[in-house]
Amino acid sequence: MSDLPLRSQLAVALGRTAAKMSRLAGKGDGSVIGGRIGLRFDPELLTRLAKDRNLVLVSATNGKTTTTRLITSAMAPLGEVATNAFGANMPTGHVSALASAPGARYGVLECDEKYVPMVLAETGANVVALMNLSRDQMDRAAEIWLLAGKWRKALEKAPQTHVIANCDDPLVTWGASSAKSVTWVAAGQHWREDSWCCPECGGPLDRRDTEEDSDWRCRQCHFSRPRPDWSLRGDHVIDPQGRAIPLDSVQLPGRANRSNAAIALAVVAQFGVPPERALPLLAQVRSVAGRYTTVEHQGRSIRLLLSKNPAGWLEAFDVLAPAPGPVALSVNAQGPDGRDTSWLWDVDYRILRGRPVWVTGERRIDLAARLEAAEVSFTVVDDIEQAVLAVPPGHLDVIANYTAFQDIRTRYGRAL
Amino acid sequence: MPSDRIKIVWIYPDLLSTYGDQGNTIMLERRAALRGIPTETVHLRSDEPVPQDGDIYLLGGGEDRPQILAAQRLRNDGGLNNAAARGAVVFAVCAGYQIIGHEFGGDEGQQLPGLGILDIRSGRGQQRAVGEVVGDVAAELNVPRITGFENHQGATTIGPNARPLAKVVAGVGNGDGQGFEGAYAGKVLGTYMHGPALVRNPGLADLLLRWALGHEIAPLDDSWAGRLREERLNAVLAAQQG
Repeated sequence: MSDLPLRSQLAVALGRTAAKMSRLAGKGDGSVIGGRIGLRFDPELLTRLAKDRNLVLVSATNGKTTTTRLITSAMAPLGEVATNAFGANMPTGHVSALASAPGARYGVLECDEKYVPMVLAETGANVVALMNLSRDQMDRAAEIWLLAGKWRKALEKAPQTHVIANCDDPLVTWGASSAKSVTWVAAGQHWREDSWCCPECGGPLDRRDTEEDSDWRCRQCHFSRPRPDWSLRGDHVIDPQGRAIPLDSVQLPGRANRSNAAIALAVVAQFGVPPERALPLLAQVRSVAGRYTTVEHQGRSIRLLLSKNPAGWLEAFDVLAPAPGPVALSVNAQGPDGRDTSWLWDVDYRILRGRPVWVTGERRIDLAARLEAAEVSFTVVDDIEQAVLAVPPGHLDVIANYTAFQDIRTRYGRAL
Repeated sequence: MPSDRIKIVWIYPDLLSTYGDQGNTIMLERRAALRGIPTETVHLRSDEPVPQDGDIYLLGGGEDRPQILAAQRLRNDGGLNNAAARGAVVFAVCAGYQIIGHEFGGDEGQQLPGLGILDIRSGRGQQRAVGEVVGDVAAELNVPRITGFENHQGATTIGPNARPLAKVVAGVGNGDGQGFEGAYAGKVLGTYMHGPALVRNPGLADLLLRWALGHEIAPLDDSWAGRLREERLNAVLAAQQG
């Protein structure tokens, strides 16, 4: 930090003051405003702050906040790790994260998919972890074929960077395969509706998917799934030496989190932390920014699940308490959620048949129309509290998209 | 027709299914079933030939590259052109809407040939149109005011052999400055209202069913889909006035 030029030191100090004022004003954790002011004062601040550190960028449509947290936890044996734990995943957030940990030699940065090329160019990150790409908030997010193409170009220009990528996702594989060195992780892919065509030539992909394994290859060109170095197999990860590492100690539920854990193990192995050392550290992560948190309220145990897009809902369904456990769904369409609710029609809600289902959120009528067409019985309520009080004491799973999730979190206490 | 039965062909969901387009097939199946009319739906992958015996053909939205691939494959196949020529119903949304016209704009600004099933020409517009859209439908179609979500950068001009589907009340629509949304001719209809346009507009779903059957159909209680339509119309028009 003391190596920074005077201008950059001033930029950091100004940003820190702004962040503090933002926090005092009750406007979030201040990392975005702090970073913005720092970058305005010194546009090269991110590059300067990244210098001489070992950095990991983590990007995907789903699971990037959670995986960032898992990697950060497992890198603890290496020393202090800078990270943007609050999900501020654009350069402003990266500046704040690095500025607030000046002595950290390591950094794990969650990175918005669109910003990967820019942040990679500015930080020269040592490792980039790429996990999945699927349709997401189409009214404001980039198209995913386009995005994967930009990853390709960016990685081609960064031969010093090692990539850890999920080879079960054809689009991610294509985006990563221009990198000079790649560790392929067969981390699974359950949402396949964006992966029927070859990203290389547009030909049909032939897929073989079982519960245990996926394989794919293009019928027209050479493009096919690379041979994985690490493989997720049910509750185990097979490491490059062929050892089966049990994941049953991982506390975060569901196959999506086993997939996130597999990626995290491969990333920290790259820094010399072996799986047996990393696993107990992964097991310490029980909730991530409110996700998977259980809140006790009026005799009900309310578990909060965040799902922002069709692939995310598929993973949320995977961790629901067994049927006929009750479920409440809440959907908003504010800016951060995407103002377009069309994606509800890409989710197969029939899996909820036979459960008591409550529906709320600003776009509850969209949800009601969707569930009606899927022949799922449901009750529409004006707010989440009505659903909570309507279920018998016991467990209630709540699936909500971004701002709906934040509303519910705020209502039942952020500290939990 | 001896007994009513509808075959729905969903064209290339592997390329053109980006915005909940599945909602349109679900809605047609459902509104037919509620009237006791059986349906059969084919989810046609882009490496398969277009079946010739469909009653309703659906095309959805897609990104630039998948749109170009879909147009190439449909042109090579020729099956959709044949189906339209013999009077089958074609309902095309967003990227699909552009494909059924004479030409459309590609990912690098190049003009690419479409299928020429509908007399429209599309190119790239200046600005992206993103948001709710509302329109009053051509009177002869007997469909109430339509509502949907648009997300496109197209500018589509309607030729002499097609008519505007609707006059825009809110939003952008075809984006060629004429104030229209969508186009139709015979039983071929296209719109920028993407994804589940038939969910948001049960009246439009019923129009396609009437066209396919060749006769009137019993009215239905629109239940939640009807309430959704009202809620969206109210929200958009209130925002416009506010």
